[in-house]
Formats: sequence, C-alpha cells, structure tokens
Amino acid sequence: MVRLFGPLVGLFFAVALLWSFGVGAIQAIREPEPATAAHEFYKHPKEVEFSFSGPFGKFDRAQLQRGFQVYKEVCANCHSLKQVAFRNLTDLGYSEPEVKAIAKQWGTKAKTFDAKTGDAGERDNTPADHIPAVYYAGTGNPPDLSLITKARHEGPEYVYSLLTGYAEQPAELLKKFPDAKTPEGLHYNPYFANLNIAMPAPLTDGQVTYADGTKATVDQEAKDVAAFLTWTAEPKLEKRKQTGFAVLGFLLAATVLAYLSKKNVWASAH
Amino acid sequence: MSFPWANEYKPANPLTQWLDEKLPLPRFVYNAVGAGYPVPRNLNYMWNFGVLAGFCLMLQIVTGVILAMHYAANSGVAFDSVEHIMRDVNWGWMLRYAHANGASAFFVVVYIHIFRGFFYSSYKAPREMIWLLGVVIFLLMMATAFMGYVLPWGQMSFWGAKVITGLFSAIPLIGDPLQQWLLGGFAPDNAALNRFFSLHFLLPFVIAGVIILHIWALHIPGSSNPTGVEVKQESDTVPFHPYYTAKDGFGLGVFLILYCAVLFFAPNMLGHPDNYIAANPLSTPAHIVPEWYFWPFYAILRAFTADFFFIPAKLMGVLAMFAAILVWFFLPWLDTSPVRSGHYRPLFRKFFWILLVDVIVLGYCGGSPAETKYVLISQIAATYYFLHFLVILPLVSSIEKPEPLPFSITEAVLGKDEGAVLNANPAAA
Repeated sequence: MVRLFGPLVGLFFAVALLWSFGVGAIQAIREPEPATAAHEFYKHPKEVEFSFSGPFGKFDRAQLQRGFQVYKEVCANCHSLKQVAFRNLTDLGYSEPEVKAIAKQWGTKAKTFDAKTGDAGERDNTPADHIPAVYYAGTGNPPDLSLITKARHEGPEYVYSLLTGYAEQPAELLKKFPDAKTPEGLHYNPYFANLNIAMPAPLTDGQVTYADGTKATVDQEAKDVAAFLTWTAEPKLEKRKQTGFAVLGFLLAATVLAYLSKKNVWASAH
Repeated sequence: MSFPWANEYKPANPLTQWLDEKLPLPRFVYNAVGAGYPVPRNLNYMWNFGVLAGFCLMLQIVTGVILAMHYAANSGVAFDSVEHIMRDVNWGWMLRYAHANGASAFFVVVYIHIFRGFFYSSYKAPREMIWLLGVVIFLLMMATAFMGYVLPWGQMSFWGAKVITGLFSAIPLIGDPLQQWLLGGFAPDNAALNRFFSLHFLLPFVIAGVIILHIWALHIPGSSNPTGVEVKQESDTVPFHPYYTAKDGFGLGVFLILYCAVLFFAPNMLGHPDNYIAANPLSTPAHIVPEWYFWPFYAILRAFTADFFFIPAKLMGVLAMFAAILVWFFLPWLDTSPVRSGHYRPLFRKFFWILLVDVIVLGYCGGSPAETKYVLISQIAATYYFLHFLVILPLVSSIEKPEPLPFSITEAVLGKDEGAVLNANPAAA
C-alpha cells in the first residue's frame, strides 16, 4: 500500500511544484520584478568600532553619560525611553544624589491620579520612576528608543549611520526613478529602509555642550547616543560577558576531564 | 527485554535491598542507563544526540518554569514583563537567553538526531516504533516552539501567530471558523496569548511522556549501530555505564561549550530584531519570517504559488508543509532495503547527501524574503524533497547492490571475530 501510494503522492506534489515553478518562471521572464529606488539606493550601516564591541568589549562610562545628555536634550523631545528607570542611571556612573536630582529636574513630570477625588495631577519624578512617556502629535510615529539597538540589524551601527546619514537625494536616483522623489515633509536618508524618514536631521555641530569638554560634532553626538542606546537595550552586557568567561572556563576544564575519563574508560575496549 | 548477558542488578547494602523489594527504582535505572543495559560497542559520536536532546528538554523545562514565575501572559503587559525579566529579575537575562537559545540548541540537536536516523536507517525493523514516536516528539516540539515564540508578544510573535494560524483558514469550508476558534478571536490577542501560554507550559511534559515511550521502545531491540548489523554476542556490546556515560559526559561538555558561547556572547544572533518591537496589529513587518528551525518547512509552504487544477495554491502549500513531516512516518515502509547503514549503500549514500544539501537550500530560501529567485529555487528544492522520500528511496532500495557487510560488530571493530571463525568451522568446535 505504502509503496503504491507513496510514489503517487510524491509525484502529485512534484508536478504541482513544477507547475508553480513554470508559471512563476514564465512570469519572471515576461515581466521581471521592477527595480525600486529603496532596493538600489539603500545603504547598510557603516562600520563603527565601539568600546563594547567584541567579547572583551566594555561600556565607556563617560561616553554613556554624554549619550544620555544627547538623549535628554535632543531625542527626548519626541522619543520615549520607557523601559529605563531613573534608578538605572547609577550604572552610567552617576551617584545616587545625582540620579535623584536628574529625576527631580526631568522636564516631563510623573502623572498622578487621586483615586479619592478623581483629580489628575503631576509630581516630580523619583529614582524609582521609569522615564516618563513622551507623546508626540506631529508627522510620523517616533518609536520608543529603549530597545532600538536590538530591534534593528546591527543596531548600534544603524543608529549611528542613520543620525549621520542625512543627505540630498542623489540626482542619479531621481533620473532613474522620477516617481521616487522624497515627499514633502519627509527627509532623504539612505540608511532608512524606505529611504524617506519623517524625522528631520536631529543633530547639528555643537547642539549640546559636553561637560567633559569633548567636542560636540554630529559624528561624536551620534556615536555617543548610539552607545547610550546600546546600554538602554542591553544593560547587562558587561555582566553577561563576564559571566560567560567564567562559565566557559569551567566548562573547558570540565570537558578536558570528561575527555580524559572517557579515554580511560575506553582504553581496554578497543 | 535485554540481552542474556546483561549484568544483573545486585543491591549491595540492606537499604538498597529493602528498596529493591518495595520499589525497584534503582534496578530500573540500572537496567535503563546503567551497567545493566548492553549497548553496541561501535557507536560513534552521532549516537550522543539522543542524550543531548533529553538534556535540552530538561534545560528548557527548568529555565521555562522559572521564567513563568515572572512572566505575565496578558497582551497588555507581556512585552514589558519580558523586559522586566531582562532588567529587574536577578539573573533573569541569563534565564531568558538560556531559554530562547535553548530552543535553538534543542532543534540543532534533534535535527542531527533525525539525520543520523536517515543515514543509518534507524527507522527500519525492528525499530519502527522508536522512529514513529520520534516523529511525534518532533511535531510536539514544533508546536511548543511556535507557541513559545508568541509569548514575548513582539512583532514577529504577533505576525507569526497570525500567519501560522492563518494556515488553518486554507482548509475548505471550515477554515475561517476554525482559525477563529483556535485564536479565540478574529486576530491574535489576549485570548490567543493566554491559551498559547497554557499549552506552551503543558506540551513539554507531554513531550517528556512520549520520550519515556521512545526510550521504552528503544530498550526492546536495543540501540542500532553504525554497521547496521544486529548484536549477535556479548563481545559486540559494552555496558552503558561506564562506557557510554563517559562518552556522553564528554559530548555534553562539548555541547555546553558551544551553547554557552552563543548564550553569553551572541544571544540575539538566532533571533529576529523585530521581536524587540512590541506587537502592533496596525503595522505589518516588511518580511515575516519564523525562527530558523522552521525555515525549510516555511519554504515548502511558500513554494506553491499557482493554483493546481481546482486546488488553491494556499491549500496546496499547507498540505505540502504538513506532508513534508508526515512522510517521515512512512519511511520504514518506503525504504525496503534489507541493509540499514548508509556505509554499505553506495547509491543511497549519495542521495542522503543530496537530501541534506536540499534541506539546507530550503532553509536558506525559507529565511529569505519572498522574492522571485528564492521562490523559484525553493520550488525545485521542494520538488526534490518529495521525490527523495516518496519516489527515489523505494526505487533505490530495489535497484541498489549493497556492499558486503561485516559478519558482526566485533569483526567491524577488531578486524576479526574469533566467534565467527569458530562458527564457520563446526569441526573446530
């Protein structure tokens, strides 16, 4: 039975597949998939060397603080960071009183609701609060940035490339794809998947004044905020690598012992 | 059943003697994975993967049970509760990465285990039942993994759930009501998330139950071996303990090194970035792809792009995807060659390697965007997949001339078998 019906079922699927293949192949020859501007002009993120790259990489605390400053003074106008609590900022090297002050002085206040009177109100943030959500009414939907570097391929490089990648739309693109002109209100950026992003170039030279005296070029600001957003997405990065070395060290030693014991046990059996 | 020369369990002290009379659990363990289970002496490292698969299941259950203590299966908070685990739960990041990469490790191990079965024809009599139960385990694993991937409630969770449950809508007449019944709504939402969580917690224990049957069925004929020649005499076997416990210990060490290297240094390598974006029913991701271990089957699903007579392309894709796994159930009766091991089957061996490459090609296409070139390649690869199991295997079995087999496992290992010489010459006996 199996040997009778088996080949018939096999041939059934094979013929159906080859039918699909034939139909698809003819269509592909008759009308090939049209090239798109997004397909031809999209650029992969630039190569960037970050302090946290590689198995031994660590965060640069000064860079994280600079990146936090860029977030606070620039990005936070539109983008939320709701997975991060003020108390987490001690990881960046801030002391507890400093964190308390940062929370208290944060522009967007914590929302309160008095269950007894039904009144909505506001109060200062405390270290226990998460960074308050930002509501944005303009064009586009600014994503929450807490996990952005894990939510994109090559996240830290992507953030850096996007922030430094704004340009005039190439004449070559417009010549080839006259319909692909960047629409009014959007901005050309080859590192963005469909090339046109709602966010205008957010960074300019000297937009922030770094407390540590680092020169605030667009490149520097982009790199710092990309590093900061890597920390917000993966705050346990250093602990993870550190644990990894201890675990691998133990496993390596244990596996050598296991190998020797296996060799010993089998010595008489070959 | 075991071989007559199997060591017998002899309780050494009054406590184990007492226990052996009341509840012979130590005897059971001794006979299952101890010195009381004789195993062919020539097993190679491909035979380590059964134990490793069992280890992966335990790893998933232990990490999963702890994660469930901190996770909240509610579509309003599920995504944030996973981030809570990653940030605020002590060692929560390690548990979650261990669990997510543990699923991948489990599938790597099980795929090797299955392809070991293909090459050495482990499915052949008298081991058909072990094979059938193994396919059941694999199907349960796929269901469990799929539902687990929905739980973080990211974009791929949501859209994956929508696509996979959408497969059922291809069934004529009852398709749409069936999909709504499965989801508890018109689209994945809280009802679906809750039931997936419940089933994701349940199914691993069902898998554990079927594994017990799998091992029970294994202990009746005993393990197969690389020559495919059955055990004939005591010199063909060694006791499981200490020989294979030692070998499995070393194998486990190598496995853990590779697994931990990924877990601690590239924990998101095998995941999709879109799952770090909270589920949004109003925004469809550019490319919806399942986890890597489903890619070959996903490629088969997408390979049907044209209606076949009166059968819609979508229904054909769904039928083919399920058939691609169900065909394994019939392997013991499709491959009729009396020789088991691929080492002694020159023609079969070539097709085995083609199948392996074919499945990798299917996987590559399944993980790529649904562009014409990938669809065309997967159509050819899927055609070979079905022809391999349903046409080529029966054909090869009947036309192939196998190479000569060794007389016994002992001869294969030592180059000569004293017992065989004696048997061949009755006058000398």
